[in-house]
Order: sequence, then structure tokens, then C-alpha cells
Amino acid sequence: MLAAAQKDEKKDQALKNLVGHPQTGRDCPFTLLNSPISHTQYPYVTGTSVLGIKYKDGVLLASDMGGSYGSTLRYKSVQRLKPIGKHTLLGAGGEISDFQEIVRYLDELILYDNMWDDGNSLGPKEVHNYLNRLMYNRRNKFNPLWNTLVLGGVKNGQKYLGTVNMIGVHYEENHVATGFGNHLARPIFRDEWHEDMTFEEGVKLLEKCMLVLLYRDRSAVNKLQIAKITEEGATISEPYAIKTHWELEAFKNPATGAVGSW
Amino acid sequence: MFRNQYDTDVTTWSPAGRLFQVEYAMEAVKQGSAAVGLRSKTHVVLVCVGKANSEFSSHQKKIFKVDDHIGVAIAGLTADGRVLSLHMRSECIHYKFLYDSPLPVGRLVVQLADKAQVCTQRSWTRPYGVGLLVAGLDETGPHLYQNCPSGNYFEYQAFAIGARSQAAKTYLERKFETFPECSRNELIRHGIISVKEALAEGKLNGSNCNVAVVGIGEAFNTLDSKAVQQIIDSLEDRADEPPVDVAPVEGEQGAVQDDTDQAAAPMET
Repeated sequence: MLAAAQKDEKKDQALKNLVGHPQTGRDCPFTLLNSPISHTQYPYVTGTSVLGIKYKDGVLLASDMGGSYGSTLRYKSVQRLKPIGKHTLLGAGGEISDFQEIVRYLDELILYDNMWDDGNSLGPKEVHNYLNRLMYNRRNKFNPLWNTLVLGGVKNGQKYLGTVNMIGVHYEENHVATGFGNHLARPIFRDEWHEDMTFEEGVKLLEKCMLVLLYRDRSAVNKLQIAKITEEGATISEPYAIKTHWELEAFKNPATGAVGSW
Repeated sequence: MFRNQYDTDVTTWSPAGRLFQVEYAMEAVKQGSAAVGLRSKTHVVLVCVGKANSEFSSHQKKIFKVDDHIGVAIAGLTADGRVLSLHMRSECIHYKFLYDSPLPVGRLVVQLADKAQVCTQRSWTRPYGVGLLVAGLDETGPHLYQNCPSGNYFEYQAFAIGARSQAAKTYLERKFETFPECSRNELIRHGIISVKEALAEGKLNGSNCNVAVVGIGEAFNTLDSKAVQQIIDSLEDRADEPPVDVAPVEGEQGAVQDDTDQAAAPMET
């Protein structure tokens, strides 16, 4: 059974104080029984780009720790990269609460997988497909999980890197990015990524792209983490900042070019 | 078989702690024609004798492909077997849809066993009257499992179920230690020879003998009857297998004793 469906059932139990509509079976407060159904959400607390690249020993993911509340940079210690089981790493941009929900679904999935204790385990490909089913299913119900996800992992020597978004678009690639990263980081990846990069080369490439995003993406904060997944397992670095440079000539006398009439 | 006052309902225990309805269901398996399964390090083979109702009818279909990597041979109530195969196919396809990956055999077998167990604990359903030999391949290698109406499952290197399966098992017991290293074709030959032992009358030929294989690099497939006939013919040409002493078969039928018998109930082993 789809773990999400089981979760929905439990949610239904919790909503016992709400009334079920006779025709649609929809759970909602009594006063809203005859109003049109609307589920489409707006994201509230959002994370910005996540970057992912394959390298020699596995996959590297990078993201900052910002959680924006609209245009305010409200939360600055949001971990947007999480390990899933032994073989996978998940990174998310978009609504943070939906990401937390997804992590809960996946933790439960991995738990049941481990409970079999039979030598078989869900690898990154399987988790990616499961997430795709989950996201697409929610989209079809007009109640999406408002995220773009990056999933990387290694199993039996096979490296895997893919992405799924809130409407269920999914693909695998050697380098992926979410949000602004698609516009600012992917072109750099296309130029500079190559097969079998070392760990140092990979981190340098990611940091270069994170720097560009820091300068140009208004929702980026200067506190980032790099996560690595190899056959041995997953590690997520401690948060750190990258050096930015503001000593440009134009910034020294900002009023120089601003000629006004009064 | 002795009738007694505790065997009407599957939900009635006997004083000796047995569920007679379940044991009777296992008898139904023993009435079905023989099915044999054997496993090497790389392949699993299923061989069955398919009875025909009359000269004009087709032979019983006893082997079902469940997925590219799993197949099953049945013995007992064919209709029950068909329904369970459909359920297994549905489970496999659902897993594939969710995870884009083949369902591990062991997990399918456990799900099947749980399904069978349900019928041993409801007063409105009867136990399934079919035994299954599940042959499959997953990332931990090739596997052969047996599923019982009791809801038990066991993994085997080689096994036989159905009528006169003891004869087939005797042959397998002699040879099973060589199976891990056998090639695919040797394994098939061993399977056909062991099934020959379980044949009461008539000759084994390409029509009444179903053979199926699954292995590393080979999806589950049933051999063509011509191919089977060729192997059977080649076995007759080779005189290197001396005739097997068929073990006496009395111990097999009528295994259900009445309550006073102290032997362990079959499902408890």
C-alpha cells in the first residue's frame, strides 16, 4: 500500500470532528459543506535553490540554510538536505513544511523497508520513483506538495541523481538544480562539469555556483551546507559561509552615476 | 482420513491443538499432480506434470508467470491457484509502479502467506486448497519458496509437492548437493528426471510436462513443448542414470490421523 494513503487514513481519523459530505466524502467544517472545493495552496516558508552533481565516488548536494517568509529572510538555520536510509540524500526547495512532511513519509517508508530485514533495500531509483508517484498524485488532487526535490544516491556502485517537482515532472541527470539554480548554476555546470570529478573539484564547482546564487538570488543566505553520498553512506557538512567581495568600484561611490535634476 | 467432531469449522481447535480444516486443505494439495522446483546459484527451474481431463482436452496449466523475475507452479485446486497467481501479478505490478523496481521474491511470498493465514482465522472463508512453488530472482540471488494453505512458507534448495511427490523428493535428496553448481540445462534435466519418478502411469512427453526457468540474465519463461520433448528424448538416450528405487508411497496419503495421535500437526514443522 502507498504509505501516503495510509497516512491519509490516519489524518482522516484525526479529523473526526469534521463532517463528511454525503456525495463527495470531503471532510470540512459544516459551514463549508456547500462551498466549492479549493485546495490550491500558496507556499509560506520557502527554501531556495538546491544543487546536485555526480562526482567520482558518488553524489554531492549543496543548499543554503535559508527559509524565506515571502520577501523576508526569516529563518536562517533550516536544514534543507536530509539523508534517507543508507543509500540516498534528499534536498528540497519550496515550502519547508511540505518538505518536512515528505521526509516523514520517506522515514516511514525506509523503516518498513528495514523491518523486512531480508537483504533487499530501497535504492535511490526506487525512492525517486516513489516520490514521483507521491508528487504527481497530490498534483492530480489539486493539493500539491509545493516542492522541487533533488534526490541523489549510490547503490551497488551505481550513482543516481534525479529531480521531481510539485507537478510531477521528473528526470535523471549528471547535474541538477532547483529554482534559480536552474538559471544561474546549470549553465556553469554545463561548461565545467565532467565525469569523475574529485571531491575537491566537486565542492569547488558547487561553491562557485552557490556564490553566484548568493550575489544574485535575493532569497539566498550566506550559510550553506554541502552533503556527500557515497557507497559508504551520507555525510552533511557543518554550516559554513563563503567569502563575498563588495569592493567593486561602482560600490565605492554609489551616487556617481545618479545625476538628477533636483 | 478420520472424521471427527472438530473438523467442521476452520475456527474450531481440536483438543490436541490442531485445525483440521487447514490440514484437510493441505490434503487437497497432495491430490494435485506433481510439481517440482530446484535452484542453483544462478537459476531456478520448475517442472510439472499436467494432467489432461480426457484425450481430447488440453493439459492442465500449472505454471504461471507472475512477473519477469517471478513464476509459480501450483498443485491442488487449480482455480485457487489461478486466483492467487492473479493476486501475485497484481502485487508485482503495483510495486513496479511505485518503485520502478522488481518486487523481491521473499516479500511477495510473505504477503501471500499472510493472505493464506487470513483464511485460517475467519469463519466465512475457507483456506486456499493450493500449494505453490514460487521461483524468483531478486538482488539477493535466485530463490525457491513453498507456500502452504496453512499460511506457512519455506525456502528450499529443491522441493516437490503434489501426488507421489515423495518419489520425486527421494531423487532430489540424492542429488540436491550438486544443484548449486549445476548449469541451467543440467538443472532442467534433474527437474525432469525427478518429475518422471512422480508419474504413476503413462509417459512423460512435451505436452504433459511443463518446464519453466528463471535466472540471472534470463526472464521467467516456459519452455516450448518441442524443446521439452527433446530433453526428454535425450534423457532416454543417455543410459547413465540408473533406474531410481521408488520409495514406498504409503506414508504420504492419509497423513491426517485422529486426535489421539501424538504426532505433531503437519503445519507445525
